[in-house]
Amino acid sequence: MPSSTLRVHNLTKRYAGIPVVNGIDFELQRGECFGLLGPNGAGKTTTLRLCLGLTDPDGGEIEMLGQPIPRAAREARNRVGIVPQMDNLDPDFSVAENLLVYGRYFGLPDRVIRERIPSLLEFASLEEKGHMAIGDLSGGMKRRLTLARALINDPDLIFLDEPTTGLDPQARHLLWERLRRLLNQGKTIFLTTHFMDEAERLCNRLLIIDHGQTVATGTPRQLIEENIEPEVVEVYGDEAAAWLTAQGMALCDRAESAGETAFCYARESGPLLVDLKQRSQLRYIHRAANLEDVFLKLTGREMRD
Amino acid sequence: MIAKKYLRPPALSLRFFPFWRRNLLVWKKLAAAEILGNLADPMLYMLGLGFGIGAMLPDVDGVSYITFLAGGTVCYSTMNSATFEVLYSAFSRMHAQKTWDAILNAPLALDDIVFGELVWAACKSFLTCLAVLIVIWVFNISRSPMMIWTIPLSLLIGFCFAGMGLVMTALSPNYNFFVYYFTLVITPMTLLSGVFFPTSQLPTILQSISSVLPLTSAIELARPLLSGKVPPHILSSATLLAAYGAVGFYIALILSRRRLLK
Repeated sequence: MPSSTLRVHNLTKRYAGIPVVNGIDFELQRGECFGLLGPNGAGKTTTLRLCLGLTDPDGGEIEMLGQPIPRAAREARNRVGIVPQMDNLDPDFSVAENLLVYGRYFGLPDRVIRERIPSLLEFASLEEKGHMAIGDLSGGMKRRLTLARALINDPDLIFLDEPTTGLDPQARHLLWERLRRLLNQGKTIFLTTHFMDEAERLCNRLLIIDHGQTVATGTPRQLIEENIEPEVVEVYGDEAAAWLTAQGMALCDRAESAGETAFCYARESGPLLVDLKQRSQLRYIHRAANLEDVFLKLTGREMRD
Repeated sequence: MIAKKYLRPPALSLRFFPFWRRNLLVWKKLAAAEILGNLADPMLYMLGLGFGIGAMLPDVDGVSYITFLAGGTVCYSTMNSATFEVLYSAFSRMHAQKTWDAILNAPLALDDIVFGELVWAACKSFLTCLAVLIVIWVFNISRSPMMIWTIPLSLLIGFCFAGMGLVMTALSPNYNFFVYYFTLVITPMTLLSGVFFPTSQLPTILQSISSVLPLTSAIELARPLLSGKVPPHILSSATLLAAYGAVGFYIALILSRRRLLK
Protein backbone atom coordinates (compact mmCIF):
# COMPACT_ATOMS: atom_id res chain seq x y z
CA MET A 1 0.00 0.00 0.00
CA PRO A 2 1.36 3.46 -0.85
CA SER A 3 2.22 5.69 2.13
CA SER A 4 0.20 8.55 0.62
CA THR A 5 -3.54 8.00 0.91
CA LEU A 6 -4.67 11.22 -0.71
CA ARG A 7 -2.64 13.53 -2.90
CA VAL A 8 -4.04 16.78 -4.23
CA HIS A 9 -2.11 19.00 -6.59
CA ASN A 10 -3.04 22.49 -7.79
CA LEU A 11 -6.75 21.78 -7.32
CA THR A 12 -9.08 24.36 -8.84
CA LYS A 13 -12.85 24.66 -9.01
CA ARG A 14 -14.86 27.60 -10.32
CA TYR A 15 -18.56 28.38 -10.09
CA ALA A 16 -19.79 30.80 -12.75
CA GLY A 17 -16.19 31.77 -13.42
CA ILE A 18 -15.44 32.57 -9.77
CA PRO A 19 -12.82 30.31 -8.17
CA VAL A 20 -14.00 28.69 -4.93
CA VAL A 21 -10.99 26.38 -4.75
CA ASN A 22 -7.91 28.01 -6.22
CA GLY A 23 -4.71 26.01 -6.55
CA ILE A 24 -4.66 23.95 -3.35
CA ASP A 25 -1.95 21.32 -2.69
CA PHE A 26 -1.78 18.76 0.09
CA GLU A 27 -0.97 15.16 0.79
CA LEU A 28 -2.21 12.82 3.52
CA GLN A 29 0.16 10.27 5.00
CA ARG A 30 -1.14 6.92 6.08
CA GLY A 31 -2.34 6.87 9.69
CA GLU A 32 -2.41 10.61 10.26
CA CYS A 33 -5.23 12.96 11.09
CA PHE A 34 -5.22 15.84 8.64
CA GLY A 35 -7.33 18.92 9.32
CA LEU A 36 -8.68 21.32 6.71
CA LEU A 37 -9.57 24.60 8.38
CA GLY A 38 -11.18 27.72 7.07
CA PRO A 39 -14.03 30.17 7.72
CA ASN A 40 -17.48 29.50 6.27
CA GLY A 41 -17.34 29.67 2.49
CA ALA A 42 -13.56 29.16 2.36
CA GLY A 43 -13.95 26.12 0.09
CA LYS A 44 -13.67 23.28 2.62
CA THR A 45 -16.74 21.31 1.62
CA THR A 46 -16.07 21.87 -2.09
CA THR A 47 -12.53 20.52 -1.61
CA LEU A 48 -13.98 17.48 0.10
CA ARG A 49 -16.56 16.90 -2.64
CA LEU A 50 -13.81 17.18 -5.24
CA CYS A 51 -11.70 14.59 -3.42
CA LEU A 52 -14.65 12.19 -3.37
CA GLY A 53 -15.32 12.67 -7.08
CA LEU A 54 -18.79 14.12 -6.47
CA THR A 55 -18.00 17.10 -8.66
CA ASP A 56 -15.39 17.55 -11.38
CA PRO A 57 -12.45 19.94 -10.86
CA ASP A 58 -11.65 22.67 -13.37
CA GLY A 59 -7.94 22.05 -12.89
CA GLY A 60 -5.38 20.07 -10.95
CA GLU A 61 -4.96 16.42 -9.98
CA ILE A 62 -6.33 14.22 -7.24
CA GLU A 63 -5.18 10.72 -6.39
CA MET A 64 -6.95 8.83 -3.62
CA LEU A 65 -5.81 5.39 -2.44
CA GLY A 66 -3.90 4.99 -5.70
CA GLN A 67 -6.90 5.84 -7.90
CA PRO A 68 -7.22 8.89 -10.15
CA ILE A 69 -10.18 11.10 -9.16
CA PRO A 70 -12.75 11.73 -10.54
CA ARG A 71 -12.15 9.02 -13.17
CA ALA A 72 -12.01 6.10 -10.72
CA ALA A 73 -13.88 7.79 -7.85
CA ARG A 74 -16.34 4.93 -7.42
CA GLU A 75 -13.55 2.39 -7.05
CA ALA A 76 -11.73 4.62 -4.57
CA ARG A 77 -14.89 5.20 -2.50
CA ASN A 78 -15.04 1.44 -1.90
CA ARG A 79 -12.30 1.93 0.69
CA VAL A 80 -13.40 5.28 2.06
CA GLY A 81 -15.84 6.20 4.84
CA ILE A 82 -17.67 9.53 4.89
CA VAL A 83 -19.34 11.46 7.70
CA PRO A 84 -21.16 14.33 5.97
CA GLN A 85 -21.84 17.71 7.51
CA MET A 86 -25.60 17.15 7.57
CA ASP A 87 -26.89 13.90 8.99
CA ASN A 88 -28.44 11.87 6.20
CA LEU A 89 -29.29 8.67 8.03
CA ASP A 90 -32.18 6.82 6.44
CA PRO A 91 -35.30 7.79 8.43
CA ASP A 92 -37.26 4.86 7.01
CA PHE A 93 -35.08 2.40 8.95
CA SER A 94 -34.01 1.55 12.48
CA VAL A 95 -30.45 2.08 13.74
CA ALA A 96 -29.32 -1.46 12.86
CA GLU A 97 -31.14 -1.45 9.52
CA ASN A 98 -29.30 1.73 8.57
CA LEU A 99 -26.03 -0.15 8.92
CA LEU A 100 -27.35 -3.18 7.03
CA VAL A 101 -28.76 -1.21 4.12
CA TYR A 102 -25.67 1.00 3.85
CA GLY A 103 -23.35 -2.00 3.84
CA ARG A 104 -25.26 -3.40 0.88
CA TYR A 105 -24.36 -0.30 -1.16
CA PHE A 106 -20.75 -1.49 -0.89
CA GLY A 107 -21.72 -4.86 -2.28
CA LEU A 108 -21.07 -6.56 1.06
CA PRO A 109 -23.00 -9.79 1.66
CA ASP A 110 -25.62 -9.62 4.44
CA ARG A 111 -23.70 -12.24 6.45
CA VAL A 112 -20.58 -10.03 6.61
CA ILE A 113 -22.60 -6.91 7.49
CA ARG A 114 -24.54 -8.67 10.24
CA GLU A 115 -21.26 -9.85 11.76
CA ARG A 116 -19.99 -6.26 11.84
CA ILE A 117 -23.12 -4.59 13.22
CA PRO A 118 -22.69 -5.51 16.94
CA SER A 119 -19.15 -4.15 17.14
CA LEU A 120 -20.14 -1.00 15.23
CA LEU A 121 -23.06 -0.41 17.61
CA GLU A 122 -20.66 -0.90 20.52
CA PHE A 123 -18.25 1.57 18.92
CA ALA A 124 -21.09 4.10 18.63
CA SER A 125 -22.27 3.40 22.21
CA LEU A 126 -25.62 2.34 20.76
CA GLU A 127 -25.55 -1.33 21.86
CA GLU A 128 -29.08 -1.28 23.23
CA LYS A 129 -30.44 1.04 20.54
CA GLY A 130 -30.28 -1.16 17.42
CA HIS A 131 -34.07 -1.29 17.08
CA MET A 132 -34.63 2.46 17.64
CA ALA A 133 -36.05 4.75 14.96
CA ILE A 134 -33.69 7.45 13.66
CA GLY A 135 -36.12 10.18 14.64
CA ASP A 136 -35.85 9.17 18.29
CA LEU A 137 -32.05 9.57 18.48
CA SER A 138 -30.32 12.61 20.00
CA GLY A 139 -27.94 14.71 17.91
CA GLY A 140 -24.92 13.00 19.45
CA MET A 141 -26.34 9.53 18.84
CA LYS A 142 -27.05 10.40 15.20
CA ARG A 143 -23.48 11.60 14.71
CA ARG A 144 -22.04 8.45 16.27
CA LEU A 145 -24.31 6.27 14.14
CA THR A 146 -23.22 8.22 11.05
CA LEU A 147 -19.61 7.53 12.05
CA ALA A 148 -20.41 3.84 12.58
CA ARG A 149 -22.12 3.77 9.18
CA ALA A 150 -18.97 5.25 7.61
CA LEU A 151 -17.02 2.29 9.04
CA ILE A 152 -19.29 -0.43 7.63
CA ASN A 153 -16.85 -1.13 4.76
CA ASP A 154 -13.79 -1.10 7.09
CA PRO A 155 -12.33 1.92 5.20
CA ASP A 156 -8.65 2.94 5.06
CA LEU A 157 -9.49 6.63 4.87
CA ILE A 158 -12.30 8.46 6.69
CA PHE A 159 -13.62 11.89 5.76
CA LEU A 160 -15.43 13.93 8.41
CA ASP A 161 -17.03 17.24 7.42
CA GLU A 162 -17.48 19.36 10.56
CA PRO A 163 -18.29 16.30 12.65
CA THR A 164 -19.05 18.01 15.97
CA THR A 165 -21.01 21.07 14.84
CA GLY A 166 -24.13 21.37 16.98
CA LEU A 167 -23.09 18.81 19.61
CA ASP A 168 -22.93 19.42 23.36
CA PRO A 169 -19.52 19.09 25.12
CA GLN A 170 -20.20 15.55 26.34
CA ALA A 171 -21.10 14.38 22.87
CA ARG A 172 -18.06 16.13 21.35
CA HIS A 173 -15.64 14.54 23.80
CA LEU A 174 -17.10 11.08 23.17
CA LEU A 175 -16.76 11.56 19.42
CA TRP A 176 -13.17 12.77 19.77
CA GLU A 177 -12.34 9.72 21.86
CA ARG A 178 -13.76 7.48 19.14
CA LEU A 179 -11.76 9.26 16.44
CA ARG A 180 -8.57 8.73 18.46
CA ARG A 181 -9.45 5.06 18.68
CA LEU A 182 -9.67 4.92 14.90
CA LEU A 183 -6.30 6.63 14.55
CA ASN A 184 -4.79 4.08 16.96
CA GLN A 185 -6.15 1.36 14.67
CA GLY A 186 -4.12 2.89 11.85
CA LYS A 187 -6.95 4.61 9.96
CA THR A 188 -6.27 7.86 8.13
CA ILE A 189 -8.61 10.74 8.90
CA PHE A 190 -9.39 13.84 6.85
CA LEU A 191 -11.31 16.32 8.96
CA THR A 192 -12.78 19.71 8.17
CA THR A 193 -13.71 21.90 11.08
CA HIS A 194 -13.90 25.47 12.25
CA PHE A 195 -13.39 24.50 15.87
CA MET A 196 -9.76 25.22 16.62
CA ASP A 197 -9.70 23.19 19.84
CA GLU A 198 -10.90 20.20 17.85
CA ALA A 199 -8.16 20.66 15.26
CA GLU A 200 -5.51 21.17 17.95
CA ARG A 201 -6.56 18.04 19.85
CA LEU A 202 -6.95 15.64 16.96
CA CYS A 203 -4.86 16.68 14.00
CA ASN A 204 -1.24 15.88 13.25
CA ARG A 205 -1.15 18.39 10.44
CA LEU A 206 -3.34 21.25 9.35
CA LEU A 207 -4.07 23.22 6.22
CA ILE A 208 -5.75 26.58 6.64
CA ILE A 209 -7.54 27.87 3.54
CA ASP A 210 -9.45 31.06 2.84
CA HIS A 211 -11.10 32.23 -0.38
CA GLY A 212 -10.12 28.87 -1.86
CA GLN A 213 -6.40 29.42 -1.34
CA THR A 214 -3.81 28.01 1.05
CA VAL A 215 -3.09 30.43 3.88
CA ALA A 216 -0.81 28.27 6.05
CA THR A 217 0.08 24.65 6.61
CA GLY A 218 1.96 22.68 9.27
CA THR A 219 1.52 20.96 12.62
CA PRO A 220 -0.64 22.83 15.16
CA ARG A 221 2.52 23.66 17.16
CA GLN A 222 4.38 24.93 14.08
CA LEU A 223 1.49 27.11 13.04
CA ILE A 224 1.39 28.73 16.46
CA GLU A 225 5.16 29.17 16.70
CA GLU A 226 5.56 30.50 13.19
CA ASN A 227 2.58 32.80 13.00
CA ILE A 228 2.01 34.35 16.36
CA GLU A 229 3.58 35.67 19.57
CA PRO A 230 3.56 33.05 22.35
CA GLU A 231 1.56 35.01 24.96
CA VAL A 232 -1.84 36.64 24.79
CA VAL A 233 -3.49 39.07 27.19
CA GLU A 234 -7.19 39.70 26.60
CA VAL A 235 -8.44 42.91 28.19
CA TYR A 236 -12.17 43.55 28.70
CA GLY A 237 -14.19 46.62 29.65
CA ASP A 238 -15.63 49.87 28.32
CA GLU A 239 -12.24 51.51 28.56
CA ALA A 240 -10.23 48.70 26.99
CA ALA A 241 -10.04 50.39 23.59
CA ALA A 242 -8.94 53.72 25.08
CA TRP A 243 -6.38 51.99 27.29
CA LEU A 244 -5.01 50.10 24.29
CA THR A 245 -4.40 53.29 22.32
CA ALA A 246 -2.93 55.19 25.27
CA GLN A 247 -0.78 52.58 27.02
CA GLY A 248 -1.34 48.98 25.88
CA MET A 249 -0.02 49.27 22.34
CA ALA A 250 3.45 50.27 23.53
CA LEU A 251 3.67 47.35 25.97
CA CYS A 252 3.00 44.51 23.52
CA ASP A 253 4.28 43.42 20.10
CA ARG A 254 0.93 43.49 18.33
CA ALA A 255 -2.65 44.23 19.33
CA GLU A 256 -6.16 43.96 17.94
CA SER A 257 -9.37 45.50 19.15
CA ALA A 258 -12.74 43.76 18.76
CA GLY A 259 -15.75 45.39 20.38
CA GLU A 260 -15.03 45.84 24.09
CA THR A 261 -12.06 43.48 24.03
CA ALA A 262 -8.43 44.26 23.33
CA PHE A 263 -6.20 41.35 22.31
CA CYS A 264 -2.52 41.97 23.11
CA TYR A 265 0.07 39.58 21.65
CA ALA A 266 3.53 39.56 23.18
CA ARG A 267 6.75 37.59 23.37
CA GLU A 268 7.11 38.83 26.95
CA SER A 269 3.99 40.09 28.66
CA GLY A 270 5.52 41.06 32.07
CA PRO A 271 5.37 44.87 31.61
CA LEU A 272 1.82 44.63 30.26
CA LEU A 273 0.60 42.67 33.30
CA VAL A 274 2.31 45.10 35.70
CA ASP A 275 0.43 47.96 34.05
CA LEU A 276 -2.91 46.14 34.10
CA LYS A 277 -2.66 45.26 37.80
CA GLN A 278 -3.00 48.96 38.61
CA ARG A 279 -6.22 49.36 36.63
CA SER A 280 -9.18 48.04 38.59
CA GLN A 281 -11.73 49.05 35.93
CA LEU A 282 -10.22 46.61 33.41
CA ARG A 283 -10.58 42.82 33.61
CA TYR A 284 -8.06 40.66 31.82
CA ILE A 285 -6.85 37.13 31.28
CA HIS A 286 -3.35 36.02 30.48
CA ARG A 287 -2.93 32.84 28.44
CA ALA A 288 -0.74 31.02 25.96
CA ALA A 289 -1.38 31.69 22.28
CA ASN A 290 -3.49 29.00 20.60
CA LEU A 291 -4.61 27.96 17.17
CA GLU A 292 -7.64 30.21 17.27
CA ASP A 293 -5.33 33.24 17.54
CA VAL A 294 -3.45 32.03 14.48
CA PHE A 295 -6.69 31.39 12.62
CA LEU A 296 -8.07 34.85 13.37
CA LYS A 297 -4.80 36.50 12.48
CA LEU A 298 -4.61 34.72 9.13
CA THR A 299 -8.25 34.87 8.09
CA GLY A 300 -9.33 38.12 9.78
CA ARG A 301 -11.99 38.88 12.36
CA GLU A 302 -14.79 40.01 10.10
CA MET A 303 -17.95 37.89 9.94
CA ARG A 304 -18.43 35.35 7.15
CA ASP A 305 -21.88 34.27 6.11
CA MET B 1 -27.02 26.27 -20.21
CA ILE B 2 -26.20 22.62 -19.68
CA ALA B 3 -22.52 21.74 -19.62
CA LYS B 4 -21.36 19.06 -22.00
CA LYS B 5 -20.19 16.75 -19.22
CA TYR B 6 -23.82 16.32 -18.05
CA LEU B 7 -24.87 15.08 -21.50
CA ARG B 8 -22.84 11.88 -21.49
CA PRO B 9 -24.93 8.73 -22.11
CA PRO B 10 -26.38 6.88 -19.09
CA ALA B 11 -23.89 4.52 -17.42
CA LEU B 12 -26.14 1.65 -16.41
CA SER B 13 -25.15 -1.41 -14.41
CA LEU B 14 -26.51 -3.77 -11.79
CA ARG B 15 -25.20 -1.47 -9.06
CA PHE B 16 -28.70 0.00 -8.83
CA PHE B 17 -29.84 -3.23 -7.18
CA PRO B 18 -28.96 -2.48 -3.50
CA PHE B 19 -30.85 0.81 -3.82
CA TRP B 20 -33.83 -0.95 -5.41
CA ARG B 21 -33.66 -3.41 -2.52
CA ARG B 22 -33.67 -0.54 -0.04
CA ASN B 23 -36.93 0.73 -1.52
CA LEU B 24 -38.39 -2.76 -1.40
CA LEU B 25 -37.49 -3.04 2.30
CA VAL B 26 -39.31 0.23 3.04
CA TRP B 27 -42.30 -0.97 0.99
CA LYS B 28 -42.46 -4.20 3.00
CA LYS B 29 -42.77 -2.20 6.21
CA LEU B 30 -45.72 -0.30 4.78
CA ALA B 31 -47.08 -3.17 2.71
CA ALA B 32 -50.46 -3.49 4.46
CA ALA B 33 -51.46 0.11 3.78
CA GLU B 34 -49.97 0.03 0.28
CA ILE B 35 -51.84 -3.11 -0.72
CA LEU B 36 -55.10 -1.83 0.74
CA GLY B 37 -54.73 1.38 -1.29
CA ASN B 38 -53.83 -0.59 -4.41
CA LEU B 39 -56.97 -2.69 -4.07
CA ALA B 40 -59.40 -0.05 -2.82
CA ASP B 41 -58.73 2.67 -5.40
CA PRO B 42 -59.47 0.70 -8.57
CA MET B 43 -62.29 -1.12 -6.81
CA LEU B 44 -64.06 2.12 -5.93
CA TYR B 45 -63.50 3.48 -9.44
CA MET B 46 -64.63 0.44 -11.34
CA LEU B 47 -67.53 -0.53 -9.13
CA GLY B 48 -68.72 3.01 -8.53
CA LEU B 49 -68.45 4.30 -12.08
CA GLY B 50 -68.77 0.95 -13.78
CA PHE B 51 -71.97 -0.21 -12.14
CA GLY B 52 -73.35 3.26 -11.52
CA ILE B 53 -72.84 4.88 -14.90
CA GLY B 54 -72.63 1.52 -16.67
CA ALA B 55 -76.23 0.72 -15.74
CA MET B 56 -77.41 3.73 -17.75
CA LEU B 57 -75.28 2.95 -20.81
CA PRO B 58 -75.52 0.48 -23.65
CA ASP B 59 -72.41 -1.54 -24.53
CA VAL B 60 -69.38 0.58 -25.36
CA ASP B 61 -67.20 -0.60 -28.26
CA GLY B 62 -68.93 -3.94 -28.05
CA VAL B 63 -68.39 -4.63 -24.35
CA SER B 64 -70.22 -3.67 -21.14
CA TYR B 65 -69.18 -0.29 -19.76
CA ILE B 66 -67.53 -1.81 -16.70
CA THR B 67 -65.34 -4.04 -18.89
CA PHE B 68 -64.53 -1.04 -21.05
CA LEU B 69 -63.62 0.96 -17.93
CA ALA B 70 -61.49 -1.87 -16.54
CA GLY B 71 -59.06 -1.56 -19.47
CA GLY B 72 -58.68 2.14 -18.77
CA THR B 73 -58.35 1.62 -15.03
CA VAL B 74 -55.50 -0.87 -15.35
CA CYS B 75 -53.50 1.74 -17.26
CA TYR B 76 -54.61 4.74 -15.27
CA SER B 77 -53.73 3.08 -11.95
CA THR B 78 -50.35 1.80 -13.11
CA MET B 79 -49.54 5.23 -14.54
CA ASN B 80 -50.43 6.92 -11.26
CA SER B 81 -48.52 4.42 -9.23
CA ALA B 82 -45.22 5.07 -11.04
CA THR B 83 -45.89 8.79 -11.25
CA PHE B 84 -46.53 9.23 -7.52
CA GLU B 85 -43.51 7.11 -6.70
CA VAL B 86 -41.01 9.14 -8.73
CA LEU B 87 -42.57 12.48 -7.90
CA TYR B 88 -43.33 12.45 -4.19
CA SER B 89 -41.35 9.47 -2.87
CA ALA B 90 -38.22 9.88 -4.98
CA PHE B 91 -38.24 13.62 -4.36
CA SER B 92 -38.35 12.94 -0.60
CA ARG B 93 -35.39 10.61 -0.92
CA MET B 94 -33.45 13.08 -3.06
CA HIS B 95 -34.36 16.38 -1.42
CA ALA B 96 -35.84 16.07 2.07
CA GLN B 97 -34.15 12.95 3.44
CA LYS B 98 -30.89 13.33 1.47
CA THR B 99 -30.89 9.58 0.94
CA TRP B 100 -29.40 10.06 -2.52
CA ASP B 101 -26.54 12.10 -1.03
CA ALA B 102 -25.79 9.36 1.48
CA ILE B 103 -25.72 6.75 -1.27
CA LEU B 104 -23.49 8.92 -3.47
CA ASN B 105 -20.87 8.63 -0.72
CA ALA B 106 -20.90 4.87 -1.23
CA PRO B 107 -19.52 3.39 -4.44
CA LEU B 108 -22.65 4.15 -6.47
CA ALA B 109 -22.96 6.80 -9.14
CA LEU B 110 -25.91 9.15 -9.63
CA ASP B 111 -26.84 7.22 -12.78
CA ASP B 112 -27.25 4.08 -10.62
CA ILE B 113 -29.56 5.92 -8.23
CA VAL B 114 -31.80 7.50 -10.89
CA PHE B 115 -31.96 4.17 -12.71
CA GLY B 116 -32.83 2.48 -9.40
CA GLU B 117 -35.73 4.90 -8.92
CA LEU B 118 -36.92 4.15 -12.47
CA VAL B 119 -36.85 0.39 -12.00
CA TRP B 120 -38.45 0.63 -8.56
CA ALA B 121 -41.30 2.81 -9.87
CA ALA B 122 -41.91 0.31 -12.68
CA CYS B 123 -42.15 -2.37 -10.00
CA LYS B 124 -44.71 -0.28 -8.13
CA SER B 125 -46.76 -0.20 -11.34
CA PHE B 126 -46.43 -3.96 -11.52
CA LEU B 127 -47.74 -4.36 -7.94
CA THR B 128 -50.63 -2.00 -8.66
CA CYS B 129 -51.49 -3.92 -11.82
CA LEU B 130 -51.63 -7.16 -9.85
CA ALA B 131 -54.09 -5.60 -7.42
CA VAL B 132 -56.31 -4.26 -10.21
CA LEU B 133 -56.31 -7.65 -11.94
CA ILE B 134 -57.38 -9.29 -8.70
CA VAL B 135 -60.31 -6.89 -8.44
CA ILE B 136 -61.22 -7.52 -12.08
CA TRP B 137 -61.07 -11.26 -11.57
CA VAL B 138 -62.88 -11.35 -8.22
CA PHE B 139 -65.78 -9.22 -9.47
CA ASN B 140 -65.92 -11.24 -12.65
CA ILE B 141 -65.37 -8.19 -14.83
CA SER B 142 -63.08 -10.30 -16.96
CA ARG B 143 -61.78 -13.84 -16.61
CA SER B 144 -59.92 -13.89 -19.93
CA PRO B 145 -56.52 -15.66 -19.70
CA MET B 146 -55.25 -12.99 -22.08
CA MET B 147 -55.33 -10.46 -19.27
CA ILE B 148 -52.15 -12.03 -17.86
CA TRP B 149 -50.34 -10.05 -20.59
CA THR B 150 -51.20 -6.80 -18.83
CA ILE B 151 -48.59 -7.77 -16.21
CA PRO B 152 -45.54 -7.28 -18.46
CA LEU B 153 -47.38 -4.33 -19.98
CA SER B 154 -47.61 -2.73 -16.53
CA LEU B 155 -43.80 -2.76 -16.26
CA LEU B 156 -43.60 -0.95 -19.60
CA ILE B 157 -46.24 1.59 -18.54
CA GLY B 158 -44.38 2.07 -15.24
CA PHE B 159 -41.09 2.58 -17.10
CA CYS B 160 -42.73 5.14 -19.38
CA PHE B 161 -44.32 7.29 -16.68
CA ALA B 162 -41.42 6.93 -14.26
CA GLY B 163 -39.07 8.24 -16.94
CA MET B 164 -41.37 11.20 -17.63
CA GLY B 165 -42.01 11.90 -13.94
CA LEU B 166 -38.32 11.85 -13.03
CA VAL B 167 -37.87 14.92 -15.23
CA MET B 168 -40.21 16.81 -12.90
CA THR B 169 -38.45 15.42 -9.84
CA ALA B 170 -35.08 16.64 -11.11
CA LEU B 171 -36.50 20.13 -11.77
CA SER B 172 -38.66 20.52 -8.70
CA PRO B 173 -37.82 23.04 -5.98
CA ASN B 174 -40.52 21.65 -3.64
CA TYR B 175 -43.54 19.38 -3.40
CA ASN B 176 -46.01 22.04 -4.61
CA PHE B 177 -44.29 22.06 -8.00
CA PHE B 178 -45.80 18.65 -8.80
CA VAL B 179 -49.30 20.14 -8.94
CA TYR B 180 -48.34 21.68 -12.30
CA TYR B 181 -47.54 18.25 -13.67
CA PHE B 182 -50.83 16.75 -12.53
CA THR B 183 -52.93 19.70 -13.64
CA LEU B 184 -51.20 20.33 -16.96
CA VAL B 185 -50.13 16.83 -17.99
CA ILE B 186 -51.63 13.90 -16.12
CA THR B 187 -55.24 15.05 -15.76
CA PRO B 188 -55.71 16.31 -19.36
CA MET B 189 -54.02 13.17 -20.63
CA THR B 190 -56.38 11.01 -18.60
CA LEU B 191 -59.37 12.69 -20.21
CA LEU B 192 -57.89 12.50 -23.72
CA SER B 193 -56.64 8.94 -23.64
CA GLY B 194 -59.87 6.97 -23.50
CA VAL B 195 -59.88 5.90 -19.86
CA PHE B 196 -63.56 6.74 -19.33
CA PHE B 197 -64.94 6.96 -22.89
CA PRO B 198 -63.74 5.96 -26.35
CA THR B 199 -61.39 8.46 -27.98
CA SER B 200 -63.66 8.33 -31.06
CA GLN B 201 -66.00 10.60 -29.09
CA LEU B 202 -63.39 13.38 -29.21
CA PRO B 203 -63.27 16.12 -31.88
CA THR B 204 -60.83 15.23 -34.68
CA ILE B 205 -58.12 17.61 -33.54
CA LEU B 206 -58.15 16.16 -30.02
CA GLN B 207 -58.13 12.66 -31.49
CA SER B 208 -54.85 13.39 -33.25
CA ILE B 209 -53.36 14.74 -30.01
CA SER B 210 -54.67 11.68 -28.20
CA SER B 211 -53.04 9.33 -30.68
CA VAL B 212 -49.53 10.40 -29.65
CA LEU B 213 -50.14 10.30 -25.90
CA PRO B 214 -48.50 7.42 -24.03
CA LEU B 215 -51.60 6.63 -21.96
CA THR B 216 -53.60 6.17 -25.18
CA SER B 217 -51.07 3.61 -26.39
CA ALA B 218 -51.16 1.84 -23.04
CA ILE B 219 -54.96 1.60 -23.15
CA GLU B 220 -54.96 0.41 -26.76
CA LEU B 221 -52.84 -2.49 -25.58
CA ALA B 222 -54.62 -3.27 -22.31
CA ARG B 223 -58.28 -2.96 -23.31
CA PRO B 224 -58.35 -5.72 -25.95
CA LEU B 225 -56.42 -8.02 -23.63
CA LEU B 226 -59.16 -7.82 -21.00
CA SER B 227 -61.71 -8.82 -23.65
CA GLY B 228 -59.57 -11.76 -24.73
CA LYS B 229 -58.40 -10.18 -27.99
CA VAL B 230 -54.96 -9.59 -29.46
CA PRO B 231 -54.35 -5.80 -29.51
CA PRO B 232 -53.76 -4.12 -32.88
CA HIS B 233 -50.45 -2.28 -33.48
CA ILE B 234 -48.63 -3.96 -30.60
CA LEU B 235 -45.21 -2.92 -31.85
CA SER B 236 -45.98 0.74 -32.49
CA SER B 237 -47.83 1.19 -29.18
CA ALA B 238 -45.09 -0.50 -27.17
CA THR B 239 -42.41 1.48 -29.00
CA LEU B 240 -44.17 4.74 -28.21
CA LEU B 241 -44.33 3.86 -24.48
CA ALA B 242 -40.67 2.81 -24.45
CA ALA B 243 -39.64 5.97 -26.31
CA TYR B 244 -41.43 8.31 -23.87
CA GLY B 245 -39.81 6.46 -20.98
CA ALA B 246 -36.31 6.38 -22.45
CA VAL B 247 -36.28 10.02 -23.55
CA GLY B 248 -37.74 11.08 -20.20
CA PHE B 249 -35.16 9.07 -18.30
CA TYR B 250 -32.25 10.53 -20.26
CA ILE B 251 -33.47 14.11 -19.78
CA ALA B 252 -34.08 13.38 -16.08
CA LEU B 253 -30.55 12.05 -15.77
CA ILE B 254 -29.05 15.16 -17.36
CA LEU B 255 -31.08 17.42 -15.08
CA SER B 256 -30.26 15.36 -11.99
CA ARG B 257 -26.54 15.50 -12.78
CA ARG B 258 -26.78 19.25 -13.18
CA ARG B 259 -28.63 19.52 -9.89
CA LEU B 260 -26.51 17.23 -7.72
CA LEU B 261 -23.03 16.99 -9.24
CA LYS B 262 -22.31 20.68 -9.67
